[in-house]
Amino acid sequence: MAEPVISLRGVRAELGSRPVLRGIDLTVRRGEVVALLGANGSGKSTAIRTIIGQVPLSGGEIELFGTPRRAFRDWRRVGYVPQRTTAGGGVPATVTEIVASGRLSRARFGLLRKADHEAVRHALELVGMADRAKDSVDALSGGQHQRVLIARALAAEPELLIMDEPMAGVDLASQQVLADTLTRQVAEGATVLLVLHELGPLEPLIDRAVVLRDGCVQHDGPPPRALGQHALPGHDHVHPHSADAEPIRTGLLS
Amino acid sequence: MDILNYPFMERALIAAVLVGITAPAIGIYLVQRRQPLMGDGIGHVAMTGVGLGFLLNASPVWMATAVSALGSVLMELIRWYGKTRGDIALAMLFYGGMAGGVMFVNLAPGGSNANLSSYLFGSLSTVSQSDVTAIGILAGFVIVVTLGLRRQLFAVNHDEEFARVTGLPVRALNLLTAVTAAVTVTVAMRVVGLILVSALMVVPVAAAQQLTRSFAATLAIAGAIGVTVTVSGTVTSYYQNVPPGATIVLLTIAAFIVLTALATPLARRRARNAAAARPAGDPVECAIPATRGASDEVGV
Repeated sequence: MAEPVISLRGVRAELGSRPVLRGIDLTVRRGEVVALLGANGSGKSTAIRTIIGQVPLSGGEIELFGTPRRAFRDWRRVGYVPQRTTAGGGVPATVTEIVASGRLSRARFGLLRKADHEAVRHALELVGMADRAKDSVDALSGGQHQRVLIARALAAEPELLIMDEPMAGVDLASQQVLADTLTRQVAEGATVLLVLHELGPLEPLIDRAVVLRDGCVQHDGPPPRALGQHALPGHDHVHPHSADAEPIRTGLLS
Repeated sequence: MDILNYPFMERALIAAVLVGITAPAIGIYLVQRRQPLMGDGIGHVAMTGVGLGFLLNASPVWMATAVSALGSVLMELIRWYGKTRGDIALAMLFYGGMAGGVMFVNLAPGGSNANLSSYLFGSLSTVSQSDVTAIGILAGFVIVVTLGLRRQLFAVNHDEEFARVTGLPVRALNLLTAVTAAVTVTVAMRVVGLILVSALMVVPVAAAQQLTRSFAATLAIAGAIGVTVTVSGTVTSYYQNVPPGATIVLLTIAAFIVLTALATPLARRRARNAAAARPAGDPVECAIPATRGASDEVGV
């Protein structure tokens, strides 16, 4: 078995004073593509944001590449794609300027050399946005904007991609571009953890699905086959997904 | 140019150029992180520093720098740790700062609110040689930070969450932004005054972005607008005997209005060119994916 890239043990977190994560165990191994599923408010995004250090832990531990998260400094190995709504400033910025900020983890003192500019251009080519490099991000559609955010994460040439709802509000054409981009990254050995509302066009890529419900892991195993209503934990799973699946915690007995 | 024959005008013009560059240079980051009025808050806090300067017989510029830097760090801390009442804490800091300034000035021997007035509204004739030295040193700091660290500051103020994952010291950069804004307030204090300083941080940036698509161009044009209005405002103030701060701010707003009027046809032409460049048969963005079920539809 490959070594763990992300490992969460008994992770608890609170927003305000409301417990959002109530003891999550999650391991993502090198080369795996793991989808984090669950209804709104189940703790998917909070789980992601504890991993990157945006939300403080109230219990448990997180390791990235075998290093405790607090001591982890090798951020160039991680590419992060936040939910699109969190990004965006009050001043115009071009596609290139946004993507270049993803390269800062590899740039010394914030100075971008020729190779860095080359990597930024390459990242834009990967998501098919090279022809929009000089455009303002405000002029982009939702799907194009999402492609830019993925290029920004790819600019550092990371080994691990963490994505929060990359398909939310993305048009069909961009969904296909994103799926192709991700397929190529995975083929080249990238490890991926992504929050999804439904599997959608990424389904063939997903090795494993972790379903959260009320801040607990409800399912960890092969991705649920069904789409739509059936992919949501609100749906009553009366059939087991596989023989070695974790016992399902419905939250009714806790 | 008889105006340059007066040493006080020479000093005022040097200060004006430095203010014109530094105020928009830090202002752009405040606008970017959607805190455009932070400069205004720092201006209020700086009044306590000016008052302390009078009371302790120290340089009001340096005292204002120290107090407003402290105040800006406090504001940043309130932003981190403050929960729901953060805005109330900020209000108390702002008005406490203003009240402190009035109080200290009046406690100073022979002091009255009249001493404050040149700091509140700016005054050219009172800019001393030591003021110019202080403004020069402080402006140097602001320029080094805002231009030297522009990629880091851009990343942090554009998307703090992402910046954290690139390993940038997000908190340190936020503190540096706050302290730099405080320093800029005291740089601008002598020319435009504490009450109006925030306008010079925000309005040139707002005016510039009527024309621009990139951050770099916005920064450059905002700086150009800043220098143009501070220098022309200072000169106008000299010849017409009107207050410099008010003249500069009104000129900045005029520049904003003119650029906005010019920008409308420019934006139309850009949209037309973009439409022409786009290949026919581009997918329509608002098409509803036919294969996707409404997964969040709840049947009752």
